[in-house]
Amino acid sequence: MSRLTIENLTFRDRGPYSLEIDGGECLGLQGASGAGKTLLLRAIVDLDPHTGNLRLDDMQCADVPAPVWRKNVAMLPAESCWWLDVVGDHFHNFGAVSTTWLTDLGFSRDVAGWQVSRLSTGEKQRLAILRMLENKPRALLLDEPTASLDRENSDGVERLLIEYGRINNAPLLWVSHDPEQLDRVAGRCLFMQADGRLEPCGGV
Amino acid sequence: MGVKPLSAFDLSLAAGLVLALAICSWRLRLGLEKRLAISALRTTVQLLIIGQVLRVLFAHASFPFVFLISMVMLLVAGREVGARQHRRIAGFSGWLLGTGSMFVSSFAVAFFALAVVIANDPWYTPQYAIPLLGMLLGNTMNGIALSMDRLTESLWQQRRIVEQRLLLGQTSLEAIHELRQQSMRSGMIPIINSMAAAGLVSLPGMMTGQILGGSSPMDAVKYQILIMFLICAGTGFGVMTAITLTCRKLFDDRQRLRLEALKKR
Repeated sequence: MSRLTIENLTFRDRGPYSLEIDGGECLGLQGASGAGKTLLLRAIVDLDPHTGNLRLDDMQCADVPAPVWRKNVAMLPAESCWWLDVVGDHFHNFGAVSTTWLTDLGFSRDVAGWQVSRLSTGEKQRLAILRMLENKPRALLLDEPTASLDRENSDGVERLLIEYGRINNAPLLWVSHDPEQLDRVAGRCLFMQADGRLEPCGGV
Repeated sequence: MGVKPLSAFDLSLAAGLVLALAICSWRLRLGLEKRLAISALRTTVQLLIIGQVLRVLFAHASFPFVFLISMVMLLVAGREVGARQHRRIAGFSGWLLGTGSMFVSSFAVAFFALAVVIANDPWYTPQYAIPLLGMLLGNTMNGIALSMDRLTESLWQQRRIVEQRLLLGQTSLEAIHELRQQSMRSGMIPIINSMAAAGLVSLPGMMTGQILGGSSPMDAVKYQILIMFLICAGTGFGVMTAITLTCRKLFDDRQRLRLEALKKR
């Protein structure tokens, strides 16, 4: 069982937020642009200063070095960044990346040699998911993971991420603007108001 | 044998060249004539003043006086480092960072050269101490300003990449490894280049002055080699210190990139 527990999380003028996501559960998060969904994810992954308690199982965020926390609680940003010339160089060991993941994302193994400068936005996004999963994170924070993808690729990504959460018993926090998508992937769904307050979806 | 003295008339002849340049700049609308005039005036006034100060200093070679002058030089250099940066670390800590790195490297290297290598009695003999420290500070200042500007600017532009790397679990040092390398290199390349070109392309200013002053070329050359090594070491260690401290300043204890510490000029 690996449960992500967020207690009295505050950052900037936001919060306090208290959430629990069970292992294998997917919590959907909707809200207007600029409401602060990304800021919430950044605080949970400890990329922005915050107060309050973050816990994955019995691992306290404050007790482990930040890189360890971020490897365990991974965040997929809405737009990925690449800093080397070739795709494969961004991975620790591309050869060990699971073939199932590659197929689900629509790539063959020779994608490792592709030039980053020639990738489309959608290819970058799917490869960013692969790059994130290579760390074998125990919880996923997903910031609009399929926003730049067409229907077919979007379905593949949904399948892969849900399957990853189920097999690894990992909690997922899934930000999306698409209510239908959240219906498909998430068991529960929260809506973030413009002032940052969280309410159950459809309750407004 | 002394150097042939220059009269005010001699200098005004040379000033005529600068004036001619200013007129050309005005005709070509370069817009540089005002800055040219101010800079030429500053060079004249500042050098005349330092000439008087050095005259007094050489007559009374007391340690407190030498120390006071060198502190003034350090403070001015520290101000200059801050002024040359597009985005600098705000507040006192930013100033302290540049000035502190300059102090540590320049003063340590200057002390080593004066007390161990040249070994005058007393070691702070101002005829040696002040020009040596001046050259060291001037070059270290350039190196540190260049490298810090490079680091803060590239961090600003690539902050999303750095954060992406942090998200993937890299440490702050891993995430800015290349930026750190590049900025240290950019601070050290000028002095490495001028060491490589010394004597072939340019005759360094200090050596030229010494020869004009009547020293034998070989004596002048040996001093120039000493100065080159000192400047190289001073700049290099100063740059490394400044960049290391800046990197530390721009991340917090949870390895988050904290660019709000930077202030745009």
